[in-house]
Amino acid sequence: MKHLLSIADLGAEGIEEVLRVSDSFVEVSERAIPKVPTLRGKTVVSLFYEESTRTRLSFETAARRLSADVMNFSVGTSSVKKGESLKDTVETIEAMGIDAIVVRHSSAGVPWQLADWVDASVINAGDGWHEHPTQALLDCYTIRQRRGSLDGLRIAIVGDIKHSRVARSDVLAFTALGADVTLVAPPTLLPPSLEGWPVEVSHDFDGVLPKVDVVYLLRMQQERQTEALLPSLREYTARYGLTTRRAHLLQDDALVMHPGPMNRGVEIAAEVADLPSALITKQVANGVAVRMAVLFLLLGSGGDLG
Amino acid sequence: MAEGELVIRGGEVVDATGRRRADVLVRDGVVVEVGQGLDARRVLDADGCVVAPGLVDLHTHLREPGREEAETVETGARAAALGGYTAVVAMPNTEPAIDSAGVVRQVLEAGARSCCDVRVAGAITVDRAGTRLAPMAEMAELGVRIFTDDGRGVQDARLMRRALEYASALGVVLAQHCEDEALAAGGHMHEGEWSSRLGIPGIPSEAEELMVMRDIALARLTGARVHFQHLSTAGSVAMVGAAKAQGLPITAEATPHHFTLTAAEVASYDPVFKVNPPLRTPADVAAVREGLAAGVFDAIATDHAPHAQEAKEAPFDEAPPGMLGLETALSLALTELDLPIEQVLALCSWQPARVAGLNGQHGGPVTEGFPANLCVIDTAATWVVEPERLASRSRNTPYGGRKLTGRVRHTLLRGEPVVADGVAQR
Amino acid sequence: MTADDLRRAITRIAHEIIEHNHGLEHVALVGLQTGGVPLARRLAATLAEIEGSEVPVGTLDVAFYRDDIGLRPVLPEAVTDIPFDITGLTVVLVDDVLFTGRTVRAALNALNDYGRARAIQLAVMVDRGHRELPMRPDYVGKNLPTRRDEMVDVSEEGVVIGDIRDTDPRGRA
Repeated sequence: MKHLLSIADLGAEGIEEVLRVSDSFVEVSERAIPKVPTLRGKTVVSLFYEESTRTRLSFETAARRLSADVMNFSVGTSSVKKGESLKDTVETIEAMGIDAIVVRHSSAGVPWQLADWVDASVINAGDGWHEHPTQALLDCYTIRQRRGSLDGLRIAIVGDIKHSRVARSDVLAFTALGADVTLVAPPTLLPPSLEGWPVEVSHDFDGVLPKVDVVYLLRMQQERQTEALLPSLREYTARYGLTTRRAHLLQDDALVMHPGPMNRGVEIAAEVADLPSALITKQVANGVAVRMAVLFLLLGSGGDLG
Repeated sequence: MAEGELVIRGGEVVDATGRRRADVLVRDGVVVEVGQGLDARRVLDADGCVVAPGLVDLHTHLREPGREEAETVETGARAAALGGYTAVVAMPNTEPAIDSAGVVRQVLEAGARSCCDVRVAGAITVDRAGTRLAPMAEMAELGVRIFTDDGRGVQDARLMRRALEYASALGVVLAQHCEDEALAAGGHMHEGEWSSRLGIPGIPSEAEELMVMRDIALARLTGARVHFQHLSTAGSVAMVGAAKAQGLPITAEATPHHFTLTAAEVASYDPVFKVNPPLRTPADVAAVREGLAAGVFDAIATDHAPHAQEAKEAPFDEAPPGMLGLETALSLALTELDLPIEQVLALCSWQPARVAGLNGQHGGPVTEGFPANLCVIDTAATWVVEPERLASRSRNTPYGGRKLTGRVRHTLLRGEPVVADGVAQR
Repeated sequence: MTADDLRRAITRIAHEIIEHNHGLEHVALVGLQTGGVPLARRLAATLAEIEGSEVPVGTLDVAFYRDDIGLRPVLPEAVTDIPFDITGLTVVLVDDVLFTGRTVRAALNALNDYGRARAIQLAVMVDRGHRELPMRPDYVGKNLPTRRDEMVDVSEEGVVIGDIRDTDPRGRA
């Protein structure tokens, strides 16, 4: 396989392979010269139709540390022209001779469409509400760093599951590695159907907290209030926010995670975000190594991913 | 266009009166004799074929005026003729909309030169905006028999009631695209298991069913005829079945994609599978098939909706909904529905002809004196759908690569063979 | 080579390293994954027995530096671990088999990213010939001429030459 579009494409073995190779890239990143020549001569393009400085920089850093050349086609730089169709844009980019496209778009399915149109490898950096595979991979890596293995761990994913590509990828990845996942959210923020999802559901956050090894908080966006999905953010925080009181319900070695950027005071209390059990900055640090592993496996190793 | 004399020889004639082996002699645009051993200067071979009244499509988008890059009256009519259709009803969601005599005339004139009898549906409201009634009487005077805001449904219940009352005096039928916009808002596929998995905002079945329920009640209230377009859910089928059992003046159509495809197809994220109403669940598809078999549906209609390639190559939620249908509908019905050919033809020919007020010209019977609007169908022929080889200007068919049984060999429009041996003659 | 031959070769190489470098000050060993790692450890133990001083030992996986990337699957087998600064040290690279020389070249490139060694020397248990690059070992356990399609296996039990089974870029079983 030459693309990373969905966690489902990887399976447990594929995920384990990415995590194992990421160990080596963590070591590379800790050196004085955090660079290897592996992808020298390869060109990686970031095509971000949705603004996201952090994820884009994480991928670009990963590519540069592998000695690849990087091109940035993103909404912010206005090189993505209004009115030019997605297909035309992508074909123009490919004509310049590139090896991989890292794409983020607000419409689900765009990475699959690109994979049909281009010869380059396509990496899904987030497609609408659908998936964000590298986020799930770095989340698994971070948990594994602290707990050794996800097998048998109990993980709660809390928040706006319905609109969350992070949640969808995490559910697939965590369960593939043997974890038990519980979704915690008000009914309006759950997908219309959980048919076939290997998860439990709860609306009782307090009841779930003492039982889990990891609590994974999703970002609660302002806009959800205006869509009549929530009466107010205050009410959300009251029932589903990880307040200081709720943090005390957690087991001593429980981990707190968040994909970032955090809304301090909404889904997570400011003090809780700074606790040693909160791994948010570790997640970000691991992100570069994990993305290096993905780029290496797709472009450098000549082997099969997943 | 009368064209001398010809005979359709060696086939089996099937129409509303029954089936019989017979040759059909046509002269000056009319059937002059149906019997044995007939002969004429020109012969159309119908050996192994069914000879039937031409098909009638209650629901086609010809895109002219305004979106000629996707289809024109001429290219759409050709696609229709190749699919066995001798009459189509063109939907009014053109640019400008067909909401006045002037635009009606424009489309009728374009159709007069084409190889299909192009009829026009007028809009119920001005510009299909759903706020003011369109001049239905003025359009009815030009022969318009069906009115619809298709593309949209009429959202305001009071306005729909007035429209039904007004229409009942004109002897026309109002057709509804049932979609409650508040419930459907933001959705791009059926809301359910697949939309949750794929992360695409969904349109619940209730968005269609609420309006079906409402318009059945309004039909009861006003006594006016209502025709339900492209019904797609089990709930809709059940409600229409019950309403008909009560004797209400209701008719309904189903599209081939709603009796063959489900929401699972969207997993490819290919916008060719994006359509309104959306592809639904296997249970809904089964209910539509049962509805066709049991007579809940009066007609199969194509909802032929051409879109230029660039439009269908956009991201899924940005792409316009709609699929081609004219050239594949009959074959899909013959291949996929387990129904006798008389019933398939009833659903594709004489029943829709009656709904459209075209009986007398289309839908047969195949008998002396009746206009020669006929199609000859090779029921055993197999073929594979190749999007590049369709006559439509657009390519957005979800059936590319699919093998079908049953194909139109000849189509006669007012006695003229507009399709002969599977090839359009003009 | 038998297990005893192996042991004697290690002892001899250890003495050669001490002699060549006039003692063990500023000397460090880096074993190449995977075959060079156990050898480097045994060498370090032997050096400690002889001179009484501990030599720093690191391990190096050169997957990311290979020049045949994209041609065949090359995944890192273990995480590189060099827990000391190599700047100013004499680094002795240790590997089990020297074949084309490409692994050593990759190792030289890798070491460059860790600092500036004073000198780099190469110790191998077996030199099987067929060099494709101008690399030469400083310390050799045994010269074993082989055919290109043969496999050389170095383990605790000794050195064995066998027939080729899968393609391994380092010409080992």
